[in-house]
Amino acid sequence: MEDLSASFILALRLIAGGDEELREIVALSLEVSLASTLFACIVGLPAGAFVAIRPFIGRRAVIVTLNALLGLPSVVVGLLVYLLLSRAGPLGQLGILFTPQAIVIAQTILVLPMVIALARQFVDDAWHEYREQLMSLGVSLARAIATLLWDLRYSLLTVALAAFGRAASEVGAVMIVGGNIDGVTRVMTTAIALETTKGDLPLALGLGLILILVVLALNAAVFAVREWSLRRHG
Amino acid sequence: MAKPPIFPIDGRGLTVRFGRVTAISDIDLSIHGTRRLAILGANGAGKSVLLRTLHGLIQPTEGTVTWCGSPLRPPDQAMVFQRPVMLRRTALANVQYALDVHGVEGNEREMRTREALKRVGLTAIANRQARVLSFGEQQRLALARAWALRPRILYLDEPTSSLDPTAATEVERVIHEIQVAGTTIVVTTHVLGFARRIADEIVFLHKGRLLERTPVDRFFSNPQTPEAERFLKGELPWDGISRRSFGD
Repeated sequence: MEDLSASFILALRLIAGGDEELREIVALSLEVSLASTLFACIVGLPAGAFVAIRPFIGRRAVIVTLNALLGLPSVVVGLLVYLLLSRAGPLGQLGILFTPQAIVIAQTILVLPMVIALARQFVDDAWHEYREQLMSLGVSLARAIATLLWDLRYSLLTVALAAFGRAASEVGAVMIVGGNIDGVTRVMTTAIALETTKGDLPLALGLGLILILVVLALNAAVFAVREWSLRRHG
Repeated sequence: MAKPPIFPIDGRGLTVRFGRVTAISDIDLSIHGTRRLAILGANGAGKSVLLRTLHGLIQPTEGTVTWCGSPLRPPDQAMVFQRPVMLRRTALANVQYALDVHGVEGNEREMRTREALKRVGLTAIANRQARVLSFGEQQRLALARAWALRPRILYLDEPTSSLDPTAATEVERVIHEIQVAGTTIVVTTHVLGFARRIADEIVFLHKGRLLERTPVDRFFSNPQTPEAERFLKGELPWDGISRRSFGD
Protein backbone atom coordinates (compact mmCIF):
# COMPACT_ATOMS: atom_id res chain seq x y z
CA MET A 1 0.00 0.00 0.00
CA GLU A 2 2.89 2.33 0.91
CA ASP A 3 4.57 1.44 -2.38
CA LEU A 4 1.44 2.36 -4.22
CA SER A 5 0.98 5.74 -2.54
CA ALA A 6 4.69 6.55 -2.94
CA SER A 7 4.47 5.64 -6.63
CA PHE A 8 1.38 7.76 -6.97
CA ILE A 9 3.09 10.79 -5.43
CA LEU A 10 6.11 10.27 -7.67
CA ALA A 11 3.81 10.00 -10.68
CA LEU A 12 2.19 13.32 -9.81
CA ARG A 13 5.65 14.89 -9.45
CA LEU A 14 6.63 13.57 -12.88
CA ILE A 15 3.52 15.10 -14.40
CA ALA A 16 3.90 18.40 -12.55
CA GLY A 17 7.59 18.59 -13.41
CA GLY A 18 6.93 18.02 -17.09
CA ASP A 19 9.29 15.03 -17.32
CA GLU A 20 10.71 15.00 -20.86
CA GLU A 21 10.36 11.26 -21.46
CA LEU A 22 6.78 11.43 -20.26
CA ARG A 23 6.05 14.40 -22.52
CA GLU A 24 7.49 12.66 -25.57
CA ILE A 25 5.47 9.52 -24.97
CA VAL A 26 2.25 11.48 -24.41
CA ALA A 27 2.83 13.63 -27.50
CA LEU A 28 3.43 10.62 -29.74
CA SER A 29 0.38 8.84 -28.33
CA LEU A 30 -1.86 11.79 -29.01
CA GLU A 31 -0.37 12.29 -32.45
CA VAL A 32 -0.88 8.72 -33.70
CA SER A 33 -4.30 8.37 -32.07
CA LEU A 34 -5.55 11.64 -33.52
CA ALA A 35 -4.19 10.74 -36.97
CA SER A 36 -5.81 7.31 -36.97
CA THR A 37 -9.11 8.79 -35.69
CA LEU A 38 -8.99 11.41 -38.44
CA PHE A 39 -8.33 8.84 -41.19
CA ALA A 40 -11.00 6.49 -39.82
CA CYS A 41 -13.53 9.35 -39.73
CA ILE A 42 -12.71 10.56 -43.25
CA VAL A 43 -13.41 7.08 -44.60
CA GLY A 44 -15.83 5.73 -42.03
CA LEU A 45 -18.38 8.53 -41.66
CA PRO A 46 -19.39 8.67 -45.35
CA ALA A 47 -19.21 4.87 -45.55
CA GLY A 48 -21.51 4.51 -42.54
CA ALA A 49 -23.92 7.06 -44.01
CA PHE A 50 -23.88 5.23 -47.34
CA VAL A 51 -24.73 1.91 -45.70
CA ALA A 52 -27.52 3.64 -43.74
CA ILE A 53 -29.32 5.27 -46.62
CA ARG A 54 -28.54 3.31 -49.75
CA PRO A 55 -30.35 0.00 -50.14
CA PHE A 56 -28.18 -2.59 -51.88
CA ILE A 57 -27.98 -6.36 -52.15
CA GLY A 58 -26.15 -7.78 -49.15
CA ARG A 59 -26.71 -4.70 -46.98
CA ARG A 60 -27.83 -6.75 -43.99
CA ALA A 61 -24.78 -8.97 -44.29
CA VAL A 62 -22.57 -5.87 -44.38
CA ILE A 63 -24.23 -4.50 -41.24
CA VAL A 64 -23.85 -7.80 -39.37
CA THR A 65 -20.20 -8.00 -40.46
CA LEU A 66 -19.53 -4.42 -39.36
CA ASN A 67 -21.06 -5.09 -35.97
CA ALA A 68 -19.00 -8.25 -35.66
CA LEU A 69 -15.84 -6.33 -36.53
CA LEU A 70 -16.43 -4.11 -33.49
CA GLY A 71 -14.92 -6.96 -31.50
CA LEU A 72 -11.94 -7.29 -33.83
CA PRO A 73 -9.01 -8.71 -31.77
CA SER A 74 -6.30 -6.08 -31.83
CA VAL A 75 -3.42 -8.57 -31.85
CA VAL A 76 -4.84 -10.14 -35.00
CA VAL A 77 -4.95 -6.70 -36.64
CA GLY A 78 -1.40 -6.13 -35.45
CA LEU A 79 -0.31 -9.42 -36.93
CA LEU A 80 -1.98 -8.69 -40.28
CA VAL A 81 -0.47 -5.22 -40.53
CA TYR A 82 2.91 -6.67 -39.48
CA LEU A 83 2.69 -9.25 -42.30
CA LEU A 84 1.69 -6.53 -44.77
CA LEU A 85 4.50 -4.18 -43.80
CA SER A 86 7.28 -6.66 -43.06
CA ARG A 87 10.12 -6.77 -45.55
CA ALA A 88 8.71 -9.85 -47.31
CA GLY A 89 5.14 -8.50 -47.24
CA PRO A 90 3.28 -6.81 -50.11
CA LEU A 91 3.91 -3.35 -48.65
CA GLY A 92 7.38 -4.14 -47.36
CA GLN A 93 9.08 -1.75 -49.77
CA LEU A 94 7.47 1.17 -47.93
CA GLY A 95 9.81 0.46 -45.04
CA ILE A 96 7.46 1.77 -42.39
CA LEU A 97 7.30 -1.20 -40.03
CA PHE A 98 8.25 -0.12 -36.47
CA THR A 99 7.45 3.50 -37.24
CA PRO A 100 4.60 5.73 -36.04
CA GLN A 101 3.04 5.38 -39.52
CA ALA A 102 2.66 1.64 -38.94
CA ILE A 103 0.92 2.36 -35.64
CA VAL A 104 -1.44 4.78 -37.39
CA ILE A 105 -2.32 2.13 -40.00
CA ALA A 106 -3.01 -0.52 -37.36
CA GLN A 107 -5.08 1.84 -35.22
CA THR A 108 -7.03 3.08 -38.23
CA ILE A 109 -7.94 -0.49 -39.21
CA LEU A 110 -8.96 -1.18 -35.62
CA VAL A 111 -11.25 1.81 -35.20
CA LEU A 112 -12.66 1.98 -38.73
CA PRO A 113 -15.39 -0.65 -38.16
CA MET A 114 -16.43 1.20 -35.02
CA VAL A 115 -16.71 4.51 -36.86
CA ILE A 116 -18.70 2.96 -39.72
CA ALA A 117 -21.04 1.02 -37.43
CA LEU A 118 -21.78 3.95 -35.10
CA ALA A 119 -22.12 6.46 -37.94
CA ARG A 120 -24.50 4.08 -39.69
CA GLN A 121 -26.66 3.91 -36.57
CA PHE A 122 -26.80 7.71 -36.12
CA VAL A 123 -27.50 8.35 -39.81
CA ASP A 124 -30.05 5.55 -40.02
CA ASP A 125 -32.08 7.14 -37.21
CA ALA A 126 -31.92 10.57 -38.85
CA TRP A 127 -32.68 9.17 -42.29
CA HIS A 128 -36.11 8.02 -41.11
CA GLU A 129 -36.87 11.67 -40.39
CA TYR A 130 -35.15 13.30 -43.38
CA ARG A 131 -35.75 10.76 -46.14
CA GLU A 132 -39.00 12.03 -47.63
CA GLN A 133 -38.05 15.70 -47.41
CA LEU A 134 -34.71 15.14 -49.15
CA MET A 135 -36.29 12.86 -51.76
CA SER A 136 -38.99 15.46 -52.37
CA LEU A 137 -36.33 18.09 -53.02
CA GLY A 138 -34.61 15.73 -55.44
CA VAL A 139 -31.37 15.56 -53.45
CA SER A 140 -28.68 13.27 -54.88
CA LEU A 141 -27.19 10.42 -52.84
CA ALA A 142 -23.87 12.21 -52.36
CA ARG A 143 -25.63 15.38 -51.26
CA ALA A 144 -27.92 13.47 -48.91
CA ILE A 145 -24.86 11.90 -47.26
CA ALA A 146 -23.15 15.29 -46.94
CA THR A 147 -26.33 16.89 -45.57
CA LEU A 148 -26.89 14.21 -42.95
CA LEU A 149 -23.26 14.19 -41.83
CA TRP A 150 -23.31 17.97 -41.48
CA ASP A 151 -26.61 18.01 -39.62
CA LEU A 152 -25.43 15.25 -37.28
CA ARG A 153 -21.96 16.73 -36.80
CA TYR A 154 -22.29 17.21 -33.04
CA SER A 155 -23.64 13.69 -32.51
CA LEU A 156 -20.87 12.30 -34.69
CA LEU A 157 -18.30 13.92 -32.42
CA THR A 158 -19.20 11.15 -29.99
CA VAL A 159 -18.24 8.62 -32.66
CA ALA A 160 -14.90 10.33 -33.17
CA LEU A 161 -14.35 10.38 -29.42
CA ALA A 162 -15.13 6.68 -29.08
CA ALA A 163 -12.70 5.99 -31.94
CA PHE A 164 -10.00 8.11 -30.30
CA GLY A 165 -10.53 6.35 -26.98
CA ARG A 166 -10.15 2.95 -28.62
CA ALA A 167 -7.07 4.05 -30.56
CA ALA A 168 -5.39 5.68 -27.58
CA SER A 169 -5.97 2.70 -25.29
CA GLU A 170 -4.73 0.15 -27.81
CA VAL A 171 -1.75 -2.02 -26.78
CA GLY A 172 -1.52 -5.32 -28.68
CA ALA A 173 -1.44 -4.17 -32.29
CA VAL A 174 0.67 -1.12 -31.44
CA MET A 175 3.22 -3.29 -29.69
CA ILE A 176 3.48 -5.66 -32.69
CA VAL A 177 3.74 -3.08 -35.49
CA GLY A 178 5.47 -0.34 -33.48
CA GLY A 179 7.90 -2.43 -31.54
CA ASN A 180 7.78 -0.08 -28.51
CA ILE A 181 11.09 1.55 -29.51
CA ASP A 182 12.20 4.20 -27.04
CA GLY A 183 11.86 7.67 -28.50
CA VAL A 184 10.43 6.36 -31.79
CA THR A 185 7.31 4.27 -31.32
CA ARG A 186 6.80 4.19 -27.58
CA VAL A 187 3.28 5.34 -26.77
CA MET A 188 1.45 5.57 -23.46
CA THR A 189 -0.06 2.09 -23.47
CA THR A 190 3.08 0.23 -24.52
CA ALA A 191 5.15 2.32 -22.10
CA ILE A 192 2.76 1.49 -19.25
CA ALA A 193 3.06 -2.22 -20.07
CA LEU A 194 6.85 -2.02 -20.25
CA GLU A 195 7.40 0.13 -17.16
CA THR A 196 5.10 -2.10 -15.13
CA THR A 197 7.12 -5.18 -16.03
CA LYS A 198 10.32 -3.26 -15.20
CA GLY A 199 8.85 -2.21 -11.86
CA ASP A 200 8.99 1.52 -12.65
CA LEU A 201 5.54 2.16 -11.26
CA PRO A 202 5.70 5.99 -10.99
CA LEU A 203 6.14 6.45 -14.76
CA ALA A 204 3.51 3.80 -15.53
CA LEU A 205 1.08 5.40 -13.10
CA GLY A 206 1.82 8.89 -14.41
CA LEU A 207 1.09 7.78 -17.97
CA GLY A 208 -2.05 5.99 -16.82
CA LEU A 209 -3.28 9.14 -15.08
CA ILE A 210 -2.65 11.25 -18.16
CA LEU A 211 -4.45 8.72 -20.36
CA ILE A 212 -7.48 8.85 -18.09
CA LEU A 213 -7.37 12.66 -17.93
CA VAL A 214 -7.21 12.97 -21.71
CA VAL A 215 -10.22 10.70 -22.17
CA LEU A 216 -12.13 12.53 -19.40
CA ALA A 217 -11.35 15.94 -20.87
CA LEU A 218 -12.46 14.87 -24.35
CA ASN A 219 -15.66 13.37 -22.96
CA ALA A 220 -16.43 16.56 -21.08
CA ALA A 221 -15.77 18.68 -24.18
CA VAL A 222 -17.99 16.58 -26.40
CA PHE A 223 -20.73 16.52 -23.76
CA ALA A 224 -20.61 20.31 -23.54
CA VAL A 225 -20.68 20.72 -27.32
CA ARG A 226 -23.68 18.39 -27.65
CA GLU A 227 -25.57 20.20 -24.90
CA TRP A 228 -24.85 23.53 -26.58
CA SER A 229 -25.90 22.13 -29.96
CA LEU A 230 -29.17 20.81 -28.56
CA ARG A 231 -30.01 24.20 -27.08
CA ARG A 232 -29.00 26.05 -30.23
CA HIS A 233 -30.32 23.80 -32.99
CA GLY A 234 -33.13 21.92 -31.27
CA MET B 1 -34.51 28.20 -70.13
CA ALA B 2 -38.11 26.98 -70.59
CA LYS B 3 -39.18 24.35 -68.13
CA PRO B 4 -40.36 21.05 -69.59
CA PRO B 5 -44.12 20.55 -69.33
CA ILE B 6 -45.37 18.70 -66.26
CA PHE B 7 -49.13 18.46 -66.88
CA PRO B 8 -51.09 16.34 -67.16
CA ILE B 9 -49.92 14.28 -64.22
CA ASP B 10 -51.49 10.92 -64.89
CA GLY B 11 -51.89 8.17 -62.37
CA ARG B 12 -53.17 5.00 -63.99
CA GLY B 13 -54.26 1.86 -62.14
CA LEU B 14 -52.34 2.91 -59.01
CA THR B 15 -52.12 0.23 -56.38
CA VAL B 16 -49.75 0.45 -53.44
CA ARG B 17 -49.24 -2.46 -51.08
CA PHE B 18 -47.10 -2.63 -47.95
CA GLY B 19 -46.63 -6.33 -47.44
CA ARG B 20 -50.10 -7.80 -47.29
CA VAL B 21 -51.73 -4.45 -46.65
CA THR B 22 -53.24 -2.62 -49.60
CA ALA B 23 -53.06 1.12 -49.02
CA ILE B 24 -54.60 2.27 -52.30
CA SER B 25 -56.19 0.16 -54.96
CA ASP B 26 -56.56 0.64 -58.72
CA ILE B 27 -56.80 4.43 -58.69
CA ASP B 28 -56.96 6.47 -61.89
CA LEU B 29 -56.37 10.18 -61.38
CA SER B 30 -55.32 12.97 -63.73
CA ILE B 31 -54.20 16.43 -62.68
CA HIS B 32 -54.29 19.07 -65.37
CA GLY B 33 -53.04 22.10 -63.48
CA THR B 34 -54.58 25.41 -62.40
CA ARG B 35 -57.23 23.64 -60.32
CA ARG B 36 -57.04 23.18 -56.58
CA LEU B 37 -57.58 19.58 -55.68
CA ALA B 38 -58.40 18.28 -52.20
CA ILE B 39 -58.04 14.59 -51.50
CA LEU B 40 -60.60 13.91 -48.83
CA GLY B 41 -61.32 10.84 -46.77
CA ALA B 42 -61.37 9.41 -43.30
CA ASN B 43 -58.17 8.46 -41.49
CA GLY B 44 -56.75 5.38 -43.15
CA ALA B 45 -58.43 6.02 -46.50
CA GLY B 46 -55.09 6.19 -48.35
CA LYS B 47 -54.86 9.96 -48.93
CA SER B 48 -51.21 10.41 -47.97
CA VAL B 49 -50.12 7.33 -49.89
CA LEU B 50 -51.86 8.59 -53.02
CA LEU B 51 -50.27 12.03 -52.60
CA ARG B 52 -46.79 10.54 -52.19
CA THR B 53 -47.32 8.27 -55.17
CA LEU B 54 -48.33 11.19 -57.38
CA HIS B 55 -45.30 13.16 -56.14
CA GLY B 56 -43.04 10.22 -56.97
CA LEU B 57 -41.96 9.42 -53.41
CA ILE B 58 -43.61 5.99 -53.47
CA GLN B 59 -43.29 3.60 -56.37
CA PRO B 60 -46.70 2.06 -57.01
CA THR B 61 -46.87 -1.72 -56.70
CA GLU B 62 -49.06 -1.67 -59.80
CA GLY B 63 -49.86 1.09 -62.24
CA THR B 64 -47.88 4.09 -63.43
CA VAL B 65 -47.49 7.80 -62.84
CA THR B 66 -46.45 9.94 -65.79
CA TRP B 67 -45.70 13.65 -66.00
CA CYS B 68 -46.80 14.95 -69.38
CA GLY B 69 -46.36 11.45 -70.71
CA SER B 70 -42.90 10.95 -69.23
CA PRO B 71 -42.14 8.46 -66.45
CA LEU B 72 -39.27 10.67 -65.25
CA ARG B 73 -40.12 12.68 -62.15
CA PRO B 74 -39.71 16.38 -63.00
CA PRO B 75 -37.94 18.73 -60.57
CA ASP B 76 -40.43 21.59 -60.49
CA GLN B 77 -42.79 20.13 -57.95
CA ALA B 78 -42.66 20.40 -54.18
CA MET B 79 -44.26 18.89 -51.12
CA VAL B 80 -45.00 20.10 -47.62
CA PHE B 81 -45.46 17.40 -45.03
CA GLN B 82 -47.76 17.22 -42.04
CA ARG B 83 -44.73 17.37 -39.75
CA PRO B 84 -42.24 19.73 -41.37
CA VAL B 85 -38.67 18.47 -41.50
CA MET B 86 -36.15 21.24 -40.89
CA LEU B 87 -32.41 20.95 -41.29
CA ARG B 88 -30.25 21.96 -38.32
CA ARG B 89 -29.51 25.42 -39.62
CA THR B 90 -31.23 28.79 -39.74
CA ALA B 91 -34.60 29.43 -41.36
CA LEU B 92 -32.79 31.36 -44.09
CA ALA B 93 -30.32 28.53 -44.71
CA ASN B 94 -33.14 26.00 -44.97
CA VAL B 95 -34.64 27.90 -47.89
CA GLN B 96 -31.20 28.46 -49.44
CA TYR B 97 -30.47 24.75 -49.21
CA ALA B 98 -33.55 23.86 -51.27
CA LEU B 99 -32.60 26.43 -53.91
CA ASP B 100 -29.01 25.14 -53.96
CA VAL B 101 -30.28 21.64 -54.67
CA HIS B 102 -32.27 23.04 -57.58
CA GLY B 103 -29.22 24.81 -58.96
CA VAL B 104 -30.34 28.35 -58.07
CA GLU B 105 -27.29 30.30 -56.93
CA GLY B 106 -25.91 33.76 -56.22
CA ASN B 107 -28.14 36.84 -56.22
CA GLU B 108 -31.09 34.93 -57.61
CA ARG B 109 -30.94 32.56 -54.64
CA GLU B 110 -30.72 35.40 -52.13
CA MET B 111 -33.56 37.28 -53.78
CA ARG B 112 -35.87 34.26 -53.89
CA THR B 113 -35.03 33.31 -50.29
CA ARG B 114 -35.81 36.77 -48.93
CA GLU B 115 -38.98 37.01 -51.01
CA ALA B 116 -40.30 33.62 -49.87
CA LEU B 117 -39.59 34.38 -46.20
CA LYS B 118 -41.28 37.74 -46.56
CA ARG B 119 -44.38 36.21 -48.12
CA VAL B 120 -44.84 33.82 -45.21
CA GLY B 121 -44.08 36.54 -42.66
CA LEU B 122 -40.82 35.08 -41.33
CA THR B 123 -38.36 37.82 -42.33
CA ALA B 124 -37.88 38.89 -38.72
CA ILE B 125 -36.75 35.43 -37.64
CA ALA B 126 -34.82 34.48 -40.78
CA ASN B 127 -31.60 34.02 -38.81
CA ARG B 128 -33.07 31.92 -36.05
CA GLN B 129 -32.43 28.19 -35.95
CA ALA B 130 -35.28 26.48 -37.80
CA ARG B 131 -35.75 23.65 -35.33
CA VAL B 132 -36.42 25.93 -32.39
CA LEU B 133 -39.26 27.73 -34.18
CA SER B 134 -42.85 27.00 -33.18
CA PHE B 135 -44.71 24.30 -35.07
CA GLY B 136 -46.77 26.88 -36.96
CA GLU B 137 -43.64 28.85 -37.89
CA GLN B 138 -41.94 25.68 -39.07
CA GLN B 139 -44.93 24.89 -41.26
CA ARG B 140 -44.80 28.38 -42.77
CA LEU B 141 -41.07 27.96 -43.29
CA ALA B 142 -41.74 24.66 -45.07
CA LEU B 143 -44.16 26.56 -47.32
CA ALA B 144 -41.54 29.26 -47.93
CA ARG B 145 -38.99 26.59 -48.84
CA ALA B 146 -41.43 25.06 -51.29
CA TRP B 147 -42.55 28.43 -52.64
CA ALA B 148 -39.00 29.61 -53.28
CA LEU B 149 -38.62 26.74 -55.73
CA ARG B 150 -41.52 28.16 -57.76
CA PRO B 151 -42.98 24.72 -58.37
CA ARG B 152 -45.63 24.08 -60.95
CA ILE B 153 -47.45 21.85 -58.47
CA LEU B 154 -47.38 21.83 -54.68
CA TYR B 155 -48.48 18.77 -52.70
CA LEU B 156 -49.62 19.42 -49.16
CA ASP B 157 -50.15 16.58 -46.73
CA GLU B 158 -52.56 17.60 -43.97
CA PRO B 159 -50.82 20.99 -43.68
CA THR B 160 -53.03 22.41 -40.94
CA SER B 161 -54.12 19.38 -38.99
CA SER B 162 -51.50 19.74 -36.22
CA LEU B 163 -51.84 23.52 -35.89
CA ASP B 164 -53.85 25.74 -33.58
CA PRO B 165 -56.59 27.81 -35.29
CA THR B 166 -54.48 30.97 -35.59
CA ALA B 167 -51.51 29.17 -37.12
CA ALA B 168 -53.86 27.17 -39.36
CA THR B 169 -55.47 30.36 -40.66
CA GLU B 170 -52.05 31.82 -41.41
CA VAL B 171 -50.94 28.67 -43.24
CA GLU B 172 -54.20 28.66 -45.20
CA ARG B 173 -53.56 32.26 -46.25
CA VAL B 174 -50.10 31.35 -47.52
CA ILE B 175 -51.44 28.35 -49.45
CA HIS B 176 -54.03 30.60 -51.06
CA GLU B 177 -51.31 33.10 -52.09
CA ILE B 178 -49.18 30.35 -53.58
CA GLN B 179 -52.15 29.17 -55.61
CA VAL B 180 -52.95 32.69 -56.77
CA ALA B 181 -49.34 33.04 -57.90
CA GLY B 182 -49.96 30.18 -60.35
CA THR B 183 -49.03 26.98 -58.56
CA THR B 184 -51.41 24.03 -58.73
CA ILE B 185 -52.33 22.83 -55.26
CA VAL B 186 -53.08 19.24 -54.30
CA VAL B 187 -53.88 18.86 -50.63
CA THR B 188 -54.94 15.97 -48.41
CA THR B 189 -57.21 16.66 -45.50
CA HIS B 190 -60.01 15.26 -43.45
CA VAL B 191 -61.10 18.73 -42.32
CA LEU B 192 -64.25 19.58 -44.25
CA GLY B 193 -64.15 23.35 -43.76
CA PHE B 194 -60.54 23.53 -44.94
CA ALA B 195 -61.31 21.40 -48.01
CA ARG B 196 -64.29 23.58 -48.85
CA ARG B 197 -62.28 26.80 -48.63
CA ILE B 198 -59.11 25.64 -50.31
CA ALA B 199 -60.29 23.40 -53.16
CA ASP B 200 -62.09 23.61 -56.50
CA GLU B 201 -62.45 19.85 -56.76
CA ILE B 202 -62.75 17.01 -54.27
CA VAL B 203 -61.29 13.57 -54.73
CA PHE B 204 -62.96 11.30 -52.19
CA LEU B 205 -61.18 8.15 -51.05
CA HIS B 206 -62.62 5.33 -49.01
CA LYS B 207 -60.69 2.20 -47.99
CA GLY B 208 -57.99 2.94 -50.54
CA ARG B 209 -60.40 3.34 -53.45
CA LEU B 210 -61.31 6.52 -55.30
CA LEU B 211 -65.08 6.76 -55.05
CA GLU B 212 -65.72 10.16 -56.56
CA ARG B 213 -64.17 13.26 -58.05
CA THR B 214 -66.50 16.20 -58.18
CA PRO B 215 -66.49 20.01 -57.99
CA VAL B 216 -66.37 21.14 -54.39
CA ASP B 217 -69.87 22.66 -54.24
CA ARG B 218 -71.45 19.59 -55.70
CA PHE B 219 -69.56 17.29 -53.35
CA PHE B 220 -70.84 19.11 -50.29
CA SER B 221 -74.39 19.66 -51.58
CA ASN B 222 -74.94 16.42 -53.43
CA PRO B 223 -72.38 13.67 -52.78
CA GLN B 224 -72.55 10.88 -55.32
CA THR B 225 -71.82 7.90 -53.09
CA PRO B 226 -73.34 6.70 -49.81
CA GLU B 227 -69.82 6.59 -48.29
CA ALA B 228 -69.24 10.26 -49.09
CA GLU B 229 -72.63 11.12 -47.68
CA ARG B 230 -71.87 9.27 -44.47
CA PHE B 231 -68.42 10.90 -44.30
CA LEU B 232 -69.98 14.37 -44.57
CA LYS B 233 -72.39 13.48 -41.79
CA GLY B 234 -69.50 12.28 -39.65
CA GLU B 235 -70.85 8.75 -39.62
CA LEU B 236 -68.01 7.03 -41.42
CA PRO B 237 -66.08 4.96 -38.88
CA TRP B 238 -62.29 5.00 -38.95
CA ASP B 239 -61.08 1.91 -40.72
CA GLY B 240 -57.42 2.64 -41.02
CA ILE B 241 -54.83 -0.02 -41.36
CA SER B 242 -52.62 -0.03 -38.32
CA ARG B 243 -49.67 -1.70 -40.02
CA ARG B 244 -49.46 0.93 -42.75
CA SER B 245 -46.20 2.83 -43.06
CA PHE B 246 -47.79 6.23 -43.48
CA GLY B 247 -50.46 7.77 -41.34
CA ASP B 248 -53.21 7.87 -43.89
